[in-house]
Amino acid sequence: MTNIDQVASADPCVSVRDELESAVVRFAGDSGDGMQLTGGQFTEATALAGNDLSTFPDFPAEIRAPVGTTFGVSSFQINFGARRIMTSGDDFDVLIAMNPAALKVELSRLRKGGLVIIDTGTFNTRNLKKAGYDSTPLDDGTLDPFRVVALDISAMTLEAVKEFELSKKDALRCKNMWALGFVYWLFGRARTTTQQWLTGKFAKRPEIANANIAAMNAGHAMGETAELPDGIHGFHIAPADISPGLYRTVTGTEALAWGLAKGAELAALEILFASYPITPASPLLHSLAKMQHLGVTTFQAEDEIAAACAAIGASYAGTLGVTSSSGPGIALKGEAIGLALSAELPMVIVNSQRGGPSTGLPTKTEQSDLYQAVYGRNADAPMVVLSTRSAADCFDVGIEAVRLATKYMTPVMLLTDGYISNAAEPWKIPDLDAYEPFPLTFHTDPEGFHPFMRDEKTLSRVWAKPGTPDLMHRIGGIERSYDTGHISYDADNHHKMTKIRAAKIDGVANDIPLQDIELGSVSGKLAIVGWGSTYGPINRAVDNLVNQGKDVSHIHLRNIWPLPRNLGELLAGYDNILIPEMNNGQLITLLRAELLLKAEGLNKISGQPFRISEIEDVILEILER
Amino acid sequence: MNDLAPPAKRTAKDFATDQEVRWCPGCGDYAILRAVQKTLADIDADPANTVFVSGIGCAARFPYYVETYGFHTIHGRSPAFATGIKLANPDLDVWVVGGDGDMLSIGANHLMHVIRRNVDAQVLLFNNEIYGLTKGQASPTSRAGTRSPSTPLGSVDSPVSACLYVMGAGARFVARGIDTQQKDLPGIFARAHAHKGASFVEILQNCIVYNDGVFANITEKAVVADRQVVCDHGQPLVFGADKNKGLRLNTQTLELEVVTFGDEGPEAAGILIHDETKRVLGTMLAGMDDDVLPVAVGVIYCDPAKSYDEGVKEVKAEAVKRAGGEDLKAMMHAGHTWTVSE
Repeated sequence: MTNIDQVASADPCVSVRDELESAVVRFAGDSGDGMQLTGGQFTEATALAGNDLSTFPDFPAEIRAPVGTTFGVSSFQINFGARRIMTSGDDFDVLIAMNPAALKVELSRLRKGGLVIIDTGTFNTRNLKKAGYDSTPLDDGTLDPFRVVALDISAMTLEAVKEFELSKKDALRCKNMWALGFVYWLFGRARTTTQQWLTGKFAKRPEIANANIAAMNAGHAMGETAELPDGIHGFHIAPADISPGLYRTVTGTEALAWGLAKGAELAALEILFASYPITPASPLLHSLAKMQHLGVTTFQAEDEIAAACAAIGASYAGTLGVTSSSGPGIALKGEAIGLALSAELPMVIVNSQRGGPSTGLPTKTEQSDLYQAVYGRNADAPMVVLSTRSAADCFDVGIEAVRLATKYMTPVMLLTDGYISNAAEPWKIPDLDAYEPFPLTFHTDPEGFHPFMRDEKTLSRVWAKPGTPDLMHRIGGIERSYDTGHISYDADNHHKMTKIRAAKIDGVANDIPLQDIELGSVSGKLAIVGWGSTYGPINRAVDNLVNQGKDVSHIHLRNIWPLPRNLGELLAGYDNILIPEMNNGQLITLLRAELLLKAEGLNKISGQPFRISEIEDVILEILER
Repeated sequence: MNDLAPPAKRTAKDFATDQEVRWCPGCGDYAILRAVQKTLADIDADPANTVFVSGIGCAARFPYYVETYGFHTIHGRSPAFATGIKLANPDLDVWVVGGDGDMLSIGANHLMHVIRRNVDAQVLLFNNEIYGLTKGQASPTSRAGTRSPSTPLGSVDSPVSACLYVMGAGARFVARGIDTQQKDLPGIFARAHAHKGASFVEILQNCIVYNDGVFANITEKAVVADRQVVCDHGQPLVFGADKNKGLRLNTQTLELEVVTFGDEGPEAAGILIHDETKRVLGTMLAGMDDDVLPVAVGVIYCDPAKSYDEGVKEVKAEAVKRAGGEDLKAMMHAGHTWTVSE
């Protein structure tokens, strides 16, 4: 049983806490219960405690779904541990269920023997009915396979904040902090960061800050002092073995915003970021809007098309145009992207993929816009397509997108997804001075000038911006003469220009790294080929099996178009190729078409990331054939 | 030879490109092109600092024929491109050119927003009340009953008034001109250019192939004086061959009415003095499109306000001020960080 003195001591964990290598915790409650904030706070405290971690915010599409319903459940999952954490975790070890609906939705993924913390104060007839329970799951045997901490968190929160004389509604809004305090105790986490955060956030309403802090302290004290059910005590997770350096947590959105800004700085350009609000891409607009002092101008356009067009207009005028959206918005931008690639202007298009088609599953993740990125325009319209594998990876891919767009005077599509955009992970802050600049030179020499003069090596055209004396010229979407840049309807010229545009993009393959392997050997029985946010689960699954001596390798693509030039040769070294994707099989089609590759797919289209075990099972099945 | 001698002032011809103009012979666009080239010479425009942006359509070929920078973009979106150009380089002098299909059908949304944002650009809408480049279909400004390949029995939808539309969008400069009235057009364009913020000019333009004579009832020599009223700031709104007709406000119906006056003069007859800064008057003048009231030409409304470009510039300056020298590195190091040691 809990020993209060020991828990309260400086190093409370040694004797009374269960030692774990890693844990998956899921906070679940109503949309209005503040689960995303709670999870975010727990993430910070966990990062500061030295664990590696990965998070998965999972929230409904509705802003305020009806209270107490299953479709209004908002959850935040975090996987953290003493080893490298590659995913946000499969089944949970700990579930915090703030109402019956949260229990209903999430319980099936709590592992048997896992811990469930329940606010019994919300388990009234009305809420049970809304969640679809006929009888209360608290005592009908539903919870028998689990360890249960059933507490009236609502009542205890009201009691804890009584002295601040808040309205009952405001007082009850502190219950997420009560739960957080309890979970902080459970994992031996410091409350300092949250205390500071609350004080800052509610600086103008100190009574709210203090009430929340009191609730958190009460939850924490409950863990320290309460007579919890037999066998339930705190956990200890040792710090992970992480490479030395200065760290912070970062979301994909933040890392991408910084990467784009850094890329522009390396190119010696400013950025116009033009975008239109859409889930889950909008946070990138919000992040960049806070960077207007760093050479970034943001423009919330009237629609997706205008956003793309304004970005192209900016590039035409000598600033790098960047636009972003999700699949449906990218579809609207298609015609404008065609103009950018035929007029050969640089542009970065960020696609935060989500479930589709049409409106689909706006808040759920999917990687089903690969066809759209590679093929989704009228006519022969090739452009560079990059993908990002994780939140931290967004920084480097953002820089690379800027480099390729400006060097090759082409639009570049950067594929990320809702999972990467929102997920947080610890990030070793890179040394910004270590990046090699790639400054742009605008064309200024009128001698022999025409706007489609090309660099012999890259086939990239000159960038001559308005405002430059003696270089006045006209460009547009009509086919232009290879020799003069003027409008041309000549048949042979169109053939030549189409070939030139393709060759220019194909040539990018000579300017990107050769494809490497992540894990395993460079040839063998089985290679798992992935792209995008499947990186984590594939890598962990392969790592687990390699450690068991299995002959399996992990290859992960950043460059979707053009493909790395050694990819065909590399993949030819494996007897079997498995391509897991969160779509119905898009990369596999691309690789079959480009490399005549024999491969099989593993497809998950549920709006949820792969579980490690799902990939392990298929690997084992293939290896046993 | 003296190198320091000021360069000879450019003429309209200096703003013509070496490209063959490909509009139909007799098209009103030729006249507008001529007027724009003359305007550029009159205002001593710097070709290197001037950009013409267009969408798709006959009018949208315009940039190819002006010796400045030019960007022929995609259908309806030219205002959005222009906005991006101005955001990237507010010092550029941007002209946006398009037809009624481009700007009031597929691109009406963008027209509204470039106007309401007050982006500092000149927007020239060539209104010929028909789709020319796609061979003669009815457009959003075609009058009800227009027979065309897509409306063989006559169109049934009501037309939109270009000037009223932009007034509704919050325009700060609205003018109207007529392709053939070469004497007046350059002056209107020069006023539009001088205006800071979005300047909108509707040019009634004859499509000789698909809608020939659609404006004849107001542009024919015999009717010009009676069917057009020239808006001249500070001057009475009078018209007619004998300058004895004027516009007066009927205070009962709150509508404009035509009054014929005699020797007592316009003032005594209660004829309105044109005040281009008045929005309600501008709206009433912009909306005169029946057979009773004359069509308003000239600068109908002009009441400058802060341009979008200026606003953005101020916001950026404020952001720099508030950031207090924070650079990207500082931003990335802000918030909670922790050190993992060896």
